[in-house]
Amino acid sequence: MKLLTCPLNGPRNISEFTYGGEFHLMPDQNKTDARQWAEYVFFHDNAAGVVTEWWCHTASTFWFLAERNTITDQVIRTFEASEVFSQRKAFSVIEDQA
Amino acid sequence: MPFGLLKYGLSTDYPAKHHFTPATELKKHYDVVIIGGGGHGTAIAYNLAKYHGITNIAILEKNYLGGGNTARNTAVIRSNYLTEAGVNFYSESVKLFNNLSNEFNYNVMMENRGQLTLAHSDAAIRSFRWRAEVNQHLGVRSELVDRQTIAELVPNLNMSEDSRFPIMAGLWHEDGATARHDAVAWGYAKGACERGVELHQLTEVEDIEITQGRVSAVKTNRGRVECGAVVQAVAGASSIVAKKAGIPLPIHCYPLQAMVTQPYKPVLTPHVSSPQVHVYVHQTSRGEFVIGGGSDPYPLYHTRATLEQRESLSAAAMELFPFLAQARLLRQWAGTTDMTPDYSPIMGLSPVENYYLDAGWGTWGFKATPICGVTMAELVATKKVPDLIKPFELERFYRFEQINEAGATAASH
Repeated sequence: MKLLTCPLNGPRNISEFTYGGEFHLMPDQNKTDARQWAEYVFFHDNAAGVVTEWWCHTASTFWFLAERNTITDQVIRTFEASEVFSQRKAFSVIEDQA
Repeated sequence: MPFGLLKYGLSTDYPAKHHFTPATELKKHYDVVIIGGGGHGTAIAYNLAKYHGITNIAILEKNYLGGGNTARNTAVIRSNYLTEAGVNFYSESVKLFNNLSNEFNYNVMMENRGQLTLAHSDAAIRSFRWRAEVNQHLGVRSELVDRQTIAELVPNLNMSEDSRFPIMAGLWHEDGATARHDAVAWGYAKGACERGVELHQLTEVEDIEITQGRVSAVKTNRGRVECGAVVQAVAGASSIVAKKAGIPLPIHCYPLQAMVTQPYKPVLTPHVSSPQVHVYVHQTSRGEFVIGGGSDPYPLYHTRATLEQRESLSAAAMELFPFLAQARLLRQWAGTTDMTPDYSPIMGLSPVENYYLDAGWGTWGFKATPICGVTMAELVATKKVPDLIKPFELERFYRFEQINEAGATAASH
C-alpha cells in the first residue's frame, strides 16, 4: 500500500486519491488566442523528475498540490493550494461585440 | 533433416546465424537518422531502404533492439476502432501483418485467432453496435454477437448470470490476430541491415542541434552525427526526446502492466477483452495466458510491477475464466505508454522542417507497426504526408480536432 499525505486528512492509501494533472496557472482567457488555449488544455511538460501536480482526496473532495518525482514515484511534499493562491480568482468575460 | 538436427544438437559450437551485423563506427553524416530501435524505428528504416532507395540511415537506439515497448506489449493485432481515420489506418496494418512473414522471408508467427470484446451493460452494447457498423462500412470483419455465439466461440468463458458483471453480448472481430512481437522488430532490423542501414545500439541521443528551423545534427553519447532528416520513434520517451528539438507534445506517460502464467495445454483460441472488468486475456502458442491491460492511475516514468495491479488483473481474469485461479504466474511487467488526449497517435510533420514525429502510441503501437513503417517512410522520402496519416498530425490539437478512440482502446485509463 502506497501512502499519500493529504494536508487535510493526513496519510491515506493512495487509492483514495485522484490524480488531477500538472499544475499550471490558467492563462487569462480574454487575452489568449486559440493556439495558446490549445497548448494550455492539451499540451503537457510530462517531465521526468520532480513535478508539481494537482491531487484530490476523493472521499472528502479536498483538492491540494503535491511535489512528486515521476521517475522514482517518491512524493516529496504535499501542500494546500492556499500556498499558491492568496486570493480568489475572478473569471471575467468580455462580451461578444458582434 | 532428422540427422541434421541431431548433428546440430550434439555439436559443441552452435552455428547460430546472426540476424544482422550491428554497426560499429558512427559515420559523420547520415541522410536519415531514426531515433529509437524498436518495431517502429526499424520498420521505417526497412521501408526507406527497400522501397525508396534511401540506405544511408542510422537507427540510434539507447538500449538494445526491440527492448522497449516492442518487447513489453501484449501482441494484439486488430482494427475494430471507432473513427474512420482509425479503422482505415489499423485495417491497412492488419493486411500488412498478414503478409509480413512473406515480406521478410522470416516467420513472425502470425496467428489469425479473432478477437472478442465483451459487453456487460446496455451502454456497452450500444457502443459495440456503433463500432460494428463503422467497421463493416469500412470493410473490417466485425459484428455484434449474442450470448450463445460467445459460448460457442469461447466454451470455457464464465457465462453465469450470477457473476458480478454478467456477459450480455460481444463484439466479434474475426480479423483480430497476434504475432511474435520480438520477431517483428528482428525481421525489420534484419531486412534493413541487409540493405545497408546501420543499427547503433547503446547509442543515446543527448541533444538535437537546430539551425534556422532545421535539424542539422544530433549529439549522442558516442559523438556528433550530421543528418538530412530525423525521425523520432521512441514511444515512452516521446516527450523527453521531442523537448530536445523544442517541440511540446500533448502526451502524458503512464505505466501499463501485464502478466503471464506458466504454459498450459491449449484451451483458448480467440483474444478475449472486457472493458468493464478492465482485463484482456489470450493464450499464446506456447500455452501461456497473457493477462493484460492494467494502467497505473497516475503518470510515471518507471516500469515497476505493483501488487495492486496484480490483484486487480487476477481478480478480473478469474471472473472471466475461473479455472485461472489455479494458474501460476510466471512474470509481471510494465511498459511506459505515451498517452495522447484522444487515444490516437501523433504522426507526421513537426514544427521543425526536417524532423518527423512518430509518437503518442499509448497502448496501440504494436498493431500499427507495419503501416507506420510504410507511411512514415513515404513521408520522409517524398516530404508529402500520406492521406492515411494526415488526420494524426500534431496540428490537430491546435484546431481542437481530436480523433476520439478512447472507447475502442482495450486498456482503461
